[in-house]
Amino acid sequence: MFNSASHSVLSILAIVYGVLVVASIIVATLKQKHPSNDYTELALRVRSWWVMVTLLAIAITLRGGWALAFFAFISFLALKEYLSMVPTRRADRRVLGWCYLSIPLQYLWVWQDWYGMFIIFIPVYAFLFLPLRMVLIGATDRFLQSASTLHWGLMMTVFTVSHMAFLLVLPESGGSAQGAGLVLFLLLLTQFNDVAQYCWGKLLGRRKIVPSVSPNKTWGGFIGGLLTTSLLALILSPVLTPLSVWHGLLAGSLIAVAGFFGDVVISAVKRDIGVKDAGSTIPGHGGVLDRIDSLTFTAPLFFHFIRYLYF
Amino acid sequence: MITKLLRLIFIGVINRLFVLLVIGLNVRNRQRLPDSGPAIIVANHNSHLDTLALISLLPLRRLNDIQAVAAADYFLRNRIVAWFALKIIGILPIRRTTGRDDPLAGCKEALDQGKILLLFPEGSRGAPEQRAKFKTGIARLAEAYPEVPITPVFMHGLGKALPKGEIIFVPFFCDIFVGENLSWQGDRRQYMASLVTAIENLAKEGQFSTWD
Repeated sequence: MFNSASHSVLSILAIVYGVLVVASIIVATLKQKHPSNDYTELALRVRSWWVMVTLLAIAITLRGGWALAFFAFISFLALKEYLSMVPTRRADRRVLGWCYLSIPLQYLWVWQDWYGMFIIFIPVYAFLFLPLRMVLIGATDRFLQSASTLHWGLMMTVFTVSHMAFLLVLPESGGSAQGAGLVLFLLLLTQFNDVAQYCWGKLLGRRKIVPSVSPNKTWGGFIGGLLTTSLLALILSPVLTPLSVWHGLLAGSLIAVAGFFGDVVISAVKRDIGVKDAGSTIPGHGGVLDRIDSLTFTAPLFFHFIRYLYF
Repeated sequence: MITKLLRLIFIGVINRLFVLLVIGLNVRNRQRLPDSGPAIIVANHNSHLDTLALISLLPLRRLNDIQAVAAADYFLRNRIVAWFALKIIGILPIRRTTGRDDPLAGCKEALDQGKILLLFPEGSRGAPEQRAKFKTGIARLAEAYPEVPITPVFMHGLGKALPKGEIIFVPFFCDIFVGENLSWQGDRRQYMASLVTAIENLAKEGQFSTWD
């Protein structure tokens, strides 16, 4: 029943759980050693990781429709967060309903393995349909601003995230364990890079890259993250992906660079609107958008990288 | 018996799943909500969903004690709506038009029985995400029941999700900020003023822009 690819996905998941156990032990030890310090935020963060990893593990082990439904739900939460956060026009309330409708459709194309539709549905059809629907309502005040805001949200939360789902059906057998391996590879490296950039930044970060957007992002953190993420990609790619050694290394650095930009782009949006977090769905992390910020960039770029070279 | 079971399924399962997965609440200071009656929760009102969202935050074992004060002329307008409002949601119908007898008699009776009342002093959902003037019935209840805890709550977002006059629901996250209990201070006008201030201060925690 389980082929070798699925075995490697399960072993990597087991290692991830091992890391979580270590993290939980560290948090517990910190609490005991320094009872005066407040570790609530850190403890919440780790606990949320347990939940997220478990949900993901269930989704990619079940595969097929369940995994797609899981990613569609992430898109839904992210879009809802976006639309609750950005200013929208009262006149466009029903247009927002159409925005939500794009989620089941976009994931239906993934389910059908219909690449042609998947890749143009939001960039072309949703792009044309939203202003069409808006113009029928007739409100022209702030029309351009609204049309752009809504489409940008769809691209960010539905289009990019659905690339992660398309990885599942990318291998020719359709929804094979290899697809699950690709998803795990992308997610692990993206999230690892976030953590690595943070840690390297704390250790040897001095010169800021974009101080006006994200004062915590430093060259030290960025380069440290780039190197460690590429190294991890080198180790993981033969286990989880068909990538050759050089391509694995390249994929790792691609994810590190793209992840950095996804992170700061969402930061810029939050600064523009004037909020610290996009939501509060994930205790200790903020909203779903705060968690998948890097992924909005890494998912489509990694997808096209591997599709061009291997599928 | 069957309606009780239906109510349990609707409030305990369907409503909770809907609120959790489709709406999504961001609740601040949930621990300030009462966990037993008699108690009154006072909130601003923008949508039918306000009641459902608030009920989902109260303990299920108190289900039989929860009553949302609602307009009789609106919710008892036909038999199906009336059945759903009375038996499934569990509203306490009151008449909005002033008559000879005390419109608050039902509320007082419920408080005597130890119920948790949900009360929307605006009296109507009104324009979405805008607060109308509070009616003063709550001050009279506070005066009559000075020992009953009254908890002010500010809600934002559901007026966008399902405003008055719309039948199509559009998902939005909903913020619910719970304030500290507001006790009776000896004067109705003063009580109303401090209630309005309490809700306004809660609203300021969220930096919400106007919706137009």
